[in-house]
Amino acid sequence: MRQFVQQLVNGTVLGATYGLIALGYTMVYGIIQLINFAHGEIFMVGAFGGLTVYRYWLPESLAGNVWVALPAVLIVAIAVSVGTAVLMERLAYRPLRNAPRLAPLITAIGVSIFLQEAVRLFYPGGKRQQPFPQLISSGTFDVAGVTVAWVSVFVVVVAVALMVALQVFVKKTKTGKAMRATSQDPESAKLMGIDINRVIVVTFVLGAALAAVAGVMQGMRFAQIDFRIGFLSGLKAFTAAVLGGIGNITGAVLGGFLLGIVEALATQYVPQGSSWKDVWAFIVLIAVLVVRPGGLLGERVATRA
Amino acid sequence: MAALLEVRDLHVAYGQIDAVRGVSFDVDAGQVVALIGSNGAGKTTTLRTLSGLQRASGGEVRLDGDRIDRLAAHEIVARGVAHAPEGRRLFPRMTIRENLDLGAYRRRDSEVEADVAMVYDLFPILAERRAQAAGTLSGGEQQMLAIGRALMSRPRLLMLDEPSMGLSPLVMRTIFSTLSELKTRGTTLLLVEQNAQAALGLADSGHVLETGRIVLSGTGADLLRDEGVRKAYLGED
Ligand SMILES: Nc1ncnc2c1ncn2[C@@H]1O[C@H](COP(=O)(O)OP(=O)(O)OP(=O)(O)O)[C@@H](O)[C@H]1O
Ligand SMILES: [Mg+2]
Repeated sequence: MRQFVQQLVNGTVLGATYGLIALGYTMVYGIIQLINFAHGEIFMVGAFGGLTVYRYWLPESLAGNVWVALPAVLIVAIAVSVGTAVLMERLAYRPLRNAPRLAPLITAIGVSIFLQEAVRLFYPGGKRQQPFPQLISSGTFDVAGVTVAWVSVFVVVVAVALMVALQVFVKKTKTGKAMRATSQDPESAKLMGIDINRVIVVTFVLGAALAAVAGVMQGMRFAQIDFRIGFLSGLKAFTAAVLGGIGNITGAVLGGFLLGIVEALATQYVPQGSSWKDVWAFIVLIAVLVVRPGGLLGERVATRA
Repeated sequence: MAALLEVRDLHVAYGQIDAVRGVSFDVDAGQVVALIGSNGAGKTTTLRTLSGLQRASGGEVRLDGDRIDRLAAHEIVARGVAHAPEGRRLFPRMTIRENLDLGAYRRRDSEVEADVAMVYDLFPILAERRAQAAGTLSGGEQQMLAIGRALMSRPRLLMLDEPSMGLSPLVMRTIFSTLSELKTRGTTLLLVEQNAQAALGLADSGHVLETGRIVLSGTGADLLRDEGVRKAYLGED
């Protein structure tokens, strides 16, 4: 029983990161029906941005101070991811807005490879794993025999807070309503006076900011990052988004946590489970899609021409 | 004084297909102008071009004398042109109230609330259903909401594309009596209709469109009396 709870906790932490990244996939898909395969790399460059500020910019005397180092790392990570995402939208996707759907999809794969290679070739030491600072206490505490790291508490609290904030933003603010309107009928949104190019940029910005935070979290938990981390995390987060029903914000969060927990439990309880660690996500995905092709909270799949 | 809207030699093409081929007409402030014509005549294409959803391949559109044919759709709305499109095009998963708020998206003034009340007054059924998703409304209610939403921008020119489409005669009469109410309040309307009888009955002037060209123009009353119009659009022989 204690094992079980322990794995639930681990899975929740894992799922929080998947969920944060999944939101970017699902929002962009909701607005422009693009599966932005480069979103995993937005997460990765965010982690590298955070590492950069810590390693090169923070004076030694401040690097140990969590109240300075953590916000500095997060802010720069967000700035790097957001900047990259805005450029990507402007230069790679916008010119293809009216092209056949395959064109932006292939472009996204190209952008993804481009960003990986850029970091590998040009980041100092980018070819190898880079140690990532712990930033907050590496300590743990026990509740009823279950061990919880402080980093995990931070990850889950921040992720949940951001998810709630995003929901409120989309439901309540004028820009959030414009986002929903654009996702339901972009042409009709234009007739309301909505500048849908602006809405699309805002969508990329929000997704990138969340991915950046996830990138820093990932670095803190595993204590290292490299140019490939966006691939697997991105793929699993994308799986989470599809699982929840792509285009659906609550679905992405749900899918993220579900995948994280399944992955943690399977690792524990399935014989040899941990060597199959990266497969469970896709098994769950297939199982769910067989029963509900639109995902857990998705609409019935509409076939679009 | 120049007309509120001037359309001059408008051409619109979809690839090789010329859908609108040299259409010219005016809409004066406070007037109701009807565009009628059979399926595929180019009525929807004309409205879509006026509101910036479609690019003109030639000609000019002026609002208050200023060219608007190169502006993006959201900028044209900001200048006071509202378009209730063919097929209503509501935001189906948003409530009636949210749809109305989106109609007022460009507005910064404090009278939005009063205009919501005005729309509810015009269509009381919408007030009852205000928290209901637009996608669950009946066809008639959806059309009412589409008109109400377009009114929320306080347009100087309101363009309506086939508001009677798919409605029962009873609901259609409700819609047209609302349009005539709007007319008495001084709203400028550009009305596209297949239902020539109702549209021409309301309109100060009308134009008959055939394969992308205006083939006949006149006052609403004149067109209603016209032999050709009666045959082609009012089902008489
Ligand atoms: N997106 C499009 N691509 C290609 N051709 C189009 C497109 N939209 C309209 N057309 C063509 O342009 C012409 C005019 O169409 P339009 O929709 O403007 O007619 P309409 O007068 O509104 O007809 P209806 O009364 O049936 O609504 C038609 O021949 C139509 O086939
Ligand atoms: Mg039409």
